[in-house]
Amino acid sequence: MNTPTPAGCNAEPGNVATGNVIPLLHEIRHALQALLDDGQETVIDLRSIPLGPGEEARIEAQLGRGEVQVQLTALGPSELVETRFPGVWLVTHCNNDGEVIGKFVEICAIPSLVTAQTADIRAGLVELNAQLN
Amino acid sequence: MSKDQTIGEALRARGVSRRGFLKFCAATASMMALPPSMVPMIAEALEKARRPSVIWLSFQECTGCTESLTRSHSPTVEGLIFDTISLDYHHTLMAASGTHAEAARKAAMKENEGKYILVVDGSIPTKDPAFSTIAGISNVDMLQEVAAGAAAIVSVGTCAAFGGIPHAKPNPTGAMPVSELVKDKPIINVPGCPPIPVVITGVLAQYLTFGAIPELDELGRPLAFYGKSIHDRCYRRPFYDKGLFAETFDDEGAKKGWCLYKLGCKGPITYNACATTKWNEGTSFPIESGHPCLGCSEPDFWDGGGFYKAISTPTADISRTAVFAIGAGAAAGVALGALNRAKKKRLEKEHKKVGVDDLEKGG
Repeated sequence: MNTPTPAGCNAEPGNVATGNVIPLLHEIRHALQALLDDGQETVIDLRSIPLGPGEEARIEAQLGRGEVQVQLTALGPSELVETRFPGVWLVTHCNNDGEVIGKFVEICAIPSLVTAQTADIRAGLVELNAQLN
Repeated sequence: MSKDQTIGEALRARGVSRRGFLKFCAATASMMALPPSMVPMIAEALEKARRPSVIWLSFQECTGCTESLTRSHSPTVEGLIFDTISLDYHHTLMAASGTHAEAARKAAMKENEGKYILVVDGSIPTKDPAFSTIAGISNVDMLQEVAAGAAAIVSVGTCAAFGGIPHAKPNPTGAMPVSELVKDKPIINVPGCPPIPVVITGVLAQYLTFGAIPELDELGRPLAFYGKSIHDRCYRRPFYDKGLFAETFDDEGAKKGWCLYKLGCKGPITYNACATTKWNEGTSFPIESGHPCLGCSEPDFWDGGGFYKAISTPTADISRTAVFAIGAGAAAGVALGALNRAKKKRLEKEHKKVGVDDLEKGG
């Protein structure tokens, strides 16, 4: 039996579109309006949406990069980038090998992961006390 | 790691900060196909959940399911979940062997009676107990002994869930899935050949988080992962809707990434999370690599009439496949209109219905 050559390996990314990019941007627009009106925060899991090759990159290009970029190192690196639309953040979580384990669009003033967590503050205080004593 | 530790404590003992834990919960929610709004609830539940005892039995299998789970590059979220359970018996992975391994199994069963999770991969031979034994115990006997004290059973892989490849015609060993042999325990089927690793651990995480088995479909599969067909979530679906198909593996349509339906793709009748969860750390899935879906998470996928035969065209042994396919085609709808109707009618005509009389003639 001849092994078939996989189809579409050389497909041009521009030709494969789910049509989900523009609706997603509209969803972000509505969420941003809700944040402004009611303070309602929204998180969109990009991994739950069917996207063709290149579409995730197109979303990222449309959102662009804004004034704030946060690097987080907890269970591997994470990057939290405010897009060129203030209040819209692109959050990418990686493991220690740099593999993406989650990608989200967060519509909020600041992603909650950036703020120090009470449990970590408490542990840090214990450590600082030990260092000084 | 103490068995009395909660999962939150176990992660903290590994130096994971609260921030890291919340990141872990966000990735876990994504893995479980739950909305991000549930992250705080998952965090609270996982913080308090006790590490469950897991007994993993491998029967007629190729170890592909275990490979799928353990070959992912660590540390991954699924790796962390796998590390936080208390895996008390897995004869491929455990250091102990022989009587020591069996003693560990017995001890875990006694200590966690009624509370442990039984994971099974592989089908169970029923024609002759000698076809597959562990420590001289037949697979049927071991399954029934361990299942009796389990809180729930997770059938990992298509072999344990539906019989899989050992069950393929002519099924020489009389292979059966777990669900045909155990009737009095909750069973979660996690089929796939192999299943996606995050789906295996996602089911475990869901059980840890909510303390109950997830919502299942009619084949016992968690709806969170198997609720949508590959076809419904396929990025090539717009081409199907427009009637644009690759006809061969190297034609213009193939190069343009058109739908692989005519090349035998079983996406319309296959329920799994490949199209969104993807494989190899989220890199791609078979259709994205240019190959039709084989339908490996469905019962009897090996006997479906040929991987490269379109599901609406007849194959050698296919009265059943054709009926199935026509039903699926009707449900999926749009693109069948774009197929060559004359050809389809001719092919349907060629199908001879086989009645009871024909079978009795023995011919």
